[in-house]
Amino acid sequence: MLAFIIQRLFQSVLVMLTVALIAFALFNYVGDPINNMVGQDTTQADRERLRQDLGLNAPFVVQFARFVGHAVQGNFGLSYQQARPVGQIILEKMPATLELSFMAAFLALLLGVPMGIYTGLHRSSWGSQALLAISLVGVSLPTFLIGILLILIFAVLLGWLPSFGRGAVVHIGWWTTGFLTAEGWRAIILPAITLALFQMTLIMRLVRAEMIEVLRTDYIKFARARGLSNRAVNFGHALKNTLVPVITITGLQLGSIIAFAVITETVFQWPGMGLMFIQAVSFADIPVMAAYLVLVGFFFVIINLVVDLLYYAVDPRLRVEREIAAGG
Amino acid sequence: MAAQPFYSRGMSNTEALLKVENLRVEVPTRRGTLVAVDDVSFDIAPGEVLGVVGESGAGKSLTGAAIIGLLEPPLKIAGGSITLAGRRIDNLPYEAMRRIRGKEIGAIFQDPLTSLNPLYTIGRLLVETIRTHLDLGPAKARGRALSLLREVGIAGADERIDHYPHQFSGGMRQRVVIALALAANPRLIIADEPTTALDVSIQAQIIALLKRLGRDHGTAIMLVTHDMGVIAETAHRVAVMYAGRIVEIGPVRRIVDRPSHPYTKGLMASIPRTAGPRGRLRQIDGTMPRLNAIPPGCPFSPRCTEALDRCRRERPDLMPANETQAACWQCAPVAEHANA
Amino acid sequence: MAEITAPGAVSPSAVPRPGWARFADSDLWWSFRRSPVTVVAASVACVIIGAALLAPLIAPHDPYDLASVSLLDATDPPAWLPGGNWSYLLGTDNQGRDVLSTIFYGTRVSLLVGCSAVLLSMLLGVTLGLIAGWRGGIADTMIMRVADVQLSFPAILIALLIDGVAHSLLPREVQTRITLYVLIAAIALSYWVHFARTVRGSAMVERSKEYIQAARVIGVHPARIVIGHLLPNVIGPVLVIATINLATAILTEATLSFLGVGLPPTEPSLGTLIRVGNDYLLSGDWWISVFPGTVLALLILSVNLLGDWLRDAFNPKLR
Repeated sequence: MLAFIIQRLFQSVLVMLTVALIAFALFNYVGDPINNMVGQDTTQADRERLRQDLGLNAPFVVQFARFVGHAVQGNFGLSYQQARPVGQIILEKMPATLELSFMAAFLALLLGVPMGIYTGLHRSSWGSQALLAISLVGVSLPTFLIGILLILIFAVLLGWLPSFGRGAVVHIGWWTTGFLTAEGWRAIILPAITLALFQMTLIMRLVRAEMIEVLRTDYIKFARARGLSNRAVNFGHALKNTLVPVITITGLQLGSIIAFAVITETVFQWPGMGLMFIQAVSFADIPVMAAYLVLVGFFFVIINLVVDLLYYAVDPRLRVEREIAAGG
Repeated sequence: MAAQPFYSRGMSNTEALLKVENLRVEVPTRRGTLVAVDDVSFDIAPGEVLGVVGESGAGKSLTGAAIIGLLEPPLKIAGGSITLAGRRIDNLPYEAMRRIRGKEIGAIFQDPLTSLNPLYTIGRLLVETIRTHLDLGPAKARGRALSLLREVGIAGADERIDHYPHQFSGGMRQRVVIALALAANPRLIIADEPTTALDVSIQAQIIALLKRLGRDHGTAIMLVTHDMGVIAETAHRVAVMYAGRIVEIGPVRRIVDRPSHPYTKGLMASIPRTAGPRGRLRQIDGTMPRLNAIPPGCPFSPRCTEALDRCRRERPDLMPANETQAACWQCAPVAEHANA
Repeated sequence: MAEITAPGAVSPSAVPRPGWARFADSDLWWSFRRSPVTVVAASVACVIIGAALLAPLIAPHDPYDLASVSLLDATDPPAWLPGGNWSYLLGTDNQGRDVLSTIFYGTRVSLLVGCSAVLLSMLLGVTLGLIAGWRGGIADTMIMRVADVQLSFPAILIALLIDGVAHSLLPREVQTRITLYVLIAAIALSYWVHFARTVRGSAMVERSKEYIQAARVIGVHPARIVIGHLLPNVIGPVLVIATINLATAILTEATLSFLGVGLPPTEPSLGTLIRVGNDYLLSGDWWISVFPGTVLALLILSVNLLGDWLRDAFNPKLR
């Protein structure tokens, strides 16, 4: 068990370093830190001196090490566009994205899993066919289109919900939350639904596919042959076996919610990290881009790790290695 | 719960436990309806072991599935009847049939690796099955589970009851499967190729186990297999199936020593002998027809070395032949001049 | 005097029928005709694709011919609403361009990017998959490591990143000209993994089969084995993935354009059109983004349905 954890941790660190490497390459070679810090008329000699002072002539490995060292402390330099520390900007924007992502993940799971179970158990019913049709639409509509549609209906035509922004927020320490105000709740509904829809349909189709596969297995057939009740077979056996692989993939999907937030935040002008990233891309604000990359990489690696550990805890086949082959 | 001798279970010794009459299983496909089991009839007496032998696709497994009510749609029973201890079971609603499954009729399938849910301990699987059919509390059920495990020959049952399936070897797993099938003491067990997926050395042990358990509990067994050797060892009677029909049925010694149907003859002749003069390995030329290409008349006629004209036109039903019953026009004269 | 085997019986010896023979099997066509949804989807897709291909011929106006565009006609509503004009059937955008025509041309661009990206990623993925599956060893490990790492990030981020980096790296003059190629490359590089994985799996399975081993023993050149034998057996799943990937590629391109890092308004795709129209949504000029949006949704939906049908048709377990 311990060996497994250590191995996974090691892998995670490796992936993080790779991500950091890419971010660093971006940082140093795509953007020129010097050119963006000084004006047009600075002489070449002055630039050279600045380079030296900032240690930009040091060997690659040294610079990379320094970058990683800074990154671990949350120091990503200054934003080209806003001329303030990137770390500070991220801290401001993170709560918005995290709250939105959390809401969306919650919705996606809450609705996706039960719908998946239902359509898996009752394959040919009208309800299932309808749900599947809707899910197909959910997977086909681009997230931004759904967002626009929702804005059109609920904000423009009906005027019930706001079409942009987060509403009034409450500051708790460095965190800002929209969950403590009515306005905050009204503002999060449309973006959360937009973000959740794609994931919800994916989860539903996944659970359904897995359920159908499981229901076809020999051990389910044997369970029926032993006369177990439908409830025992479907929910005791089939469901448990379905959820095990679903956990892993779902976990990874939820991780990608953080990435898809980029789109939703753009549509709804939600002041989170995603919007920050897009603005950085348009402006070629490399430090911000690099920082976002490292942060998202970090979230992903953590989520992957947690999912792996969960899988390990849930599937006995991975836990007990020794097979006791005491004759036949 | 000691096993009751079968004859004291409220039935006369000679009354058949299972009666299958003119069973017909069909599957509608886009190219028409295919008949997978065609007019199959046989009986199983209490405590008897009936072997059902034939090639892959002959319809043996489907017959077993039909009996226990687990035909997968779109397969369905399209005719005939199945009677258990005098009561019709092929037309029962799902819930009624479910209560019979496990309690009156048990089943064992081919692959012990995939027959057990990998996420549950075998103790959990056993207790669940026991408590579904028998009115026992958890402790008593666990006790019964333990004694079942010991009975099927699992050493160290007290610990192993809490182990997961993947912690057992293939042969052990099949023993667990047998224990599960016996959990509620059914009167009939349908064993579908129970040893095919096991090592040869283990096969003998499992077959011996099945025989012993059948005797001890008075359980009848319908042993479906393509391995004639297993049948010869274990069965009282044998039904030989071909292209969805029974072509010969009778006591096992007769079928092995003096087969009447040309197909059975071919089967027996193709078994390699280790003793006696060695010749070339004999085979029956050709292959069994697919379901959508079954020839008119006797389905075996294209491959039969003794085929008559009549065989290609008219389908023979089972008729008496030399102490067995065979579906062959060659046996018609025998039936008419009943000679031993 | 035993008769030859009954008609329809097939010897079980393992000479596989090549992929294209199964393809042309009547099963596929039969299942297509039998599913009304798929037929409708295919028709819709054909109509849209046809319209896009014929855009220069059938578009009522050329929205990019500056001479024919007049600001006086800007933001006219669709023809059937008050203030509409029947020569601009679906209304005009903020610059006075005919929305219907921009949709024609926009779909063209969307399809161009989508198809090219899929073809490129198919090429890349299938090649890498064949190499990984056929050779195994180091090549396999390396390729699969990269695939795994890439798979743990959502494709859209990767596409965004590549796109953003390209924008920063390239001097401004070159940027607008090669935006199209950068976009295609970015999307292609994000989606090759699926192809590679599937092809690798199939290659590994086939590699150990007897007929392949026989070919190797005889001395057939590996390239011929791979192309002649492995490839046809893999075409089925690859086509399914390609179709579904096409929908995803179109979707990704639209998203990137909507976010502003895709195609510019001077050579817009459907995504760009929606973005342009988005600014006017709140003021009530809904047609500028709703119509392109509808066409986009229909296109992706019909391609998805076709992909679904293909997958079911090729799935041996469902036959």
